[in-house]
Parts: sequence; C-alpha cells; structure tokens
Amino acid sequence: MIAIVDYGAGNLKSVQHALEFLKVESVITGSPDAIQKASRLILPGDGSFGFMMETLKKKKLIEPIKAFLMESLRGGRPFLGICLGLQGLFQESEESPGIKGLSIFKGSVKKFRDGKVPQIGWNRIVPKKKGIFKEEYMYFVNSYAVAPKDPSIVATETDYFGNFVSSVQLKNITAMQFHPEKSGKGGIDLLKRWLAC
Amino acid sequence: MLTKRIIPCLDVKDGKVVKGTSFVQLKYAGDPVALARKYSEEGADELVFLDITASYEKRKIMIDVVRKVAEQVFIPFAVGGGIRTIEDIRALLNAGADKVSINTAAVENPSLVRKAAETFGSQCIMVAIDAKKSASGWEVFVRGGREPAGMDALAWAKEAERIGAGEILLTSMDKDGTKEGYDIELTRSMAEIVNIPIIASGGAGSLETIARVLREGKADAALAASIFHYGKYSIAQVKRYLKGDGIEIRI
Repeated sequence: MIAIVDYGAGNLKSVQHALEFLKVESVITGSPDAIQKASRLILPGDGSFGFMMETLKKKKLIEPIKAFLMESLRGGRPFLGICLGLQGLFQESEESPGIKGLSIFKGSVKKFRDGKVPQIGWNRIVPKKKGIFKEEYMYFVNSYAVAPKDPSIVATETDYFGNFVSSVQLKNITAMQFHPEKSGKGGIDLLKRWLAC
Repeated sequence: MLTKRIIPCLDVKDGKVVKGTSFVQLKYAGDPVALARKYSEEGADELVFLDITASYEKRKIMIDVVRKVAEQVFIPFAVGGGIRTIEDIRALLNAGADKVSINTAAVENPSLVRKAAETFGSQCIMVAIDAKKSASGWEVFVRGGREPAGMDALAWAKEAERIGAGEILLTSMDKDGTKEGYDIELTRSMAEIVNIPIIASGGAGSLETIARVLREGKADAALAASIFHYGKYSIAQVKRYLKGDGIEIRI
C-alpha cells in the first residue's frame, strides 16, 4: 500500500484522488508503523517548512521517514516528495531559520528574489537528465526553491526570473516543487510514470 | 517563464451551473462536475466556482459539488460566494477546493483575511474586488455590486495584499457583461502597485480583448464566463490565439 504522510496540513486528498483516478490504492497516515510498512511513500506539501518539520517531529515521523529515504537511496522502495515534500529533504530553509530539515540532500531552500511571490501558475519544466520527466508545463505554487549542493541530483529546471531547480532525483528518491496532482493530464501521466518505476 | 492563465468561471446555484442556455449547457445539463471536466480537458489553467445560492441551508450542496470536482478534475480551482468565516473556508478547503475567494466579508472584516492567510497560507486566499469607475478613480462595491463600500479599489488592493491575500480577483463592474473588453486602465493600475497576481474579470469579448488585458492590462490571468459557456470560443481557441499573439501560454 502507498502511504501519503499526514502531518496535519495541505491538501492531502488531492494526491489521493489522483492516485484513485489511476486505480491505485493509498492511505493517508500519520502512523510511523504504516510508513515503515508502505510499498511507496509520498510526502506532499503545503504550509511552511518549520510547521512541517515540527509536526513530523511531534508525531515521531522523522526517523521512519529518514529510514525509508535511506532505503530509497539504496534502490529500495520509492519515495515521492511534492512541494514542501521536496524542500524538507534539504538541510534548512530561509522560510524557517534555525529549523533542521530531513537533510537527505546537502543544500538549502531559498526565497525567490524577483517576480511576484509566490509564483502561482503553470511553468515549464526542462529535464536535465534521463528519467521520468519530460519538457512540459506543470502547476506551481511556491515562494521558495531548493538549491542543492550536488548538481547531479537536479532532474528538471524551470525559469522564474532565472532558473531554479524544479525537481530532483537520486536512485529511488524523486521530489518535485510543482504539483503533479494539479497539473491536469500531464501531471497524471507523470504520476503514472513514477508508479511504473 | 510563468504562463498567463485562462480561467473559466462557473456560477453555481443550488448545485447547478446557471447562466448560459446554449448547446454547451444543454449537453452538460448544468452539471458543474461535467462542465469542469470538459474545461479542464480543453486546457483551462484553473477554474473559479461562484456559489450564488441564496439560502444558507442550501450552501451545503456546494460542499458536495466541491468534493466531486476534487475527485475528478486535476487542475486547481477556487470557490467564492457567501464566505464569511474561517469555518466556511475550512469546509471548502477540506472538501478539496484549492483556493477560496472572499469579497464582502473581506471588506467588512479584514481580520478574516489575515486569520485565513495565517491558518491556511496566502496561496489559497483570493480577495475578490468589485470595482466601479468614480470621479477620483475606482470605488469598491460589495454585496454582489449592490452597495458602495466607500473605499478606493487600488488602496483596498494594497491593503488586501498587506493582510495576506495571495491573489486578487478584480472585476470591473462597468465592463462586466458588456463583452467590449476588460477595463485595461483599472487592471494595469492595480497590477502595477501590488506584488501578487491579478486575475482580471468583466468584459471578455473578442479574442483580442483577452490578449489586451494580459499584455496592456498586465493581468496574470484572465477570467471569463459567458464567452465559454455560450460556446463563442473554446478554451483551446483562446489559448491558440494568445500563443500566436506572442503571449506565454500553456497549450
């Protein structure tokens, strides 16, 4: 069973609806046990970096999620991060100074310096390496973007008054800044490709 | 580059889409879910549902509509109309709406906007402004455009941004229903003084009117109702035209 991590914020159901549409069963859960047993793990997002990390801590979910991620890094069960679920993989964020992220990847999360913030709407993702992504428009709602230390994890880039990293991928960890569950047919097809890998 | 958005607006009363009696409507028999799915498939970037249900009791029907749309339509959508409290907002977001649009209650109770933005995030709080040309600029009207609020529209937009609105849905009452084009001056004036997206509404007519409000009016998105409902243009037709005109559009 696919587990969607519930940390008390965000529109978790929209991810589940998209999976239902693809006839894939999932459970929205805040239980460490369910996360340990999941066939795949999805960390969706909405809210702030600090709120997410503190809620995960309170719910004792940091260790099980980290353990899952380490397994994904060894080529085990796949992990998908969406929006904050991408940002949380890094060490820290300008949004919530002093709060530690899951620190799976080196680097930080930085606020957009130019343009209207948040970026709201459809923007083009451009693949930087082979994988499940193709060049197309996806729906974004974000004020912050990740800045990985290791350029090899960058899966796609997107231009918003300059290029930013719109998704990363390493082994079985895939994480995206945009919302595939809100990106129409292109987003649904992308989820389908993730489910197939 | 971020694309400009094309947003069809659906007026919903007692759970049925109203406005529009053309073949498009007949085919979908006023079913908001079917119409939303059709617009999404045609390439709509987002949807706005305006609940014009008069009685409070029947409002619950809208929650049901929202739930069904969320299950079947995979683009963002906002819901507006009669939202007064944090609980109203929570109910709509929990049912699957991505955003809510607040009009009269935002004017009368700005702390609602602040509280909503703090609780749910600015990205899901849209402030709707109905504006009408006055001697000195544009005046805000509330209660479905029936009452002047005694506020300047541009000043209110700035204030709405300050208290946490994530987007502004700006309707020109002078242009609404005329099909002669959006109020370019109003839209541009507002777009130049706030740093949040402006969704322009009121006056959509020819394809050129949409291009103009996005380019000259500097709007981030164009909302239209009747041109889509009456089948004058399809969403795809509008988007092809805009792209051909050199505007950044998702096709």
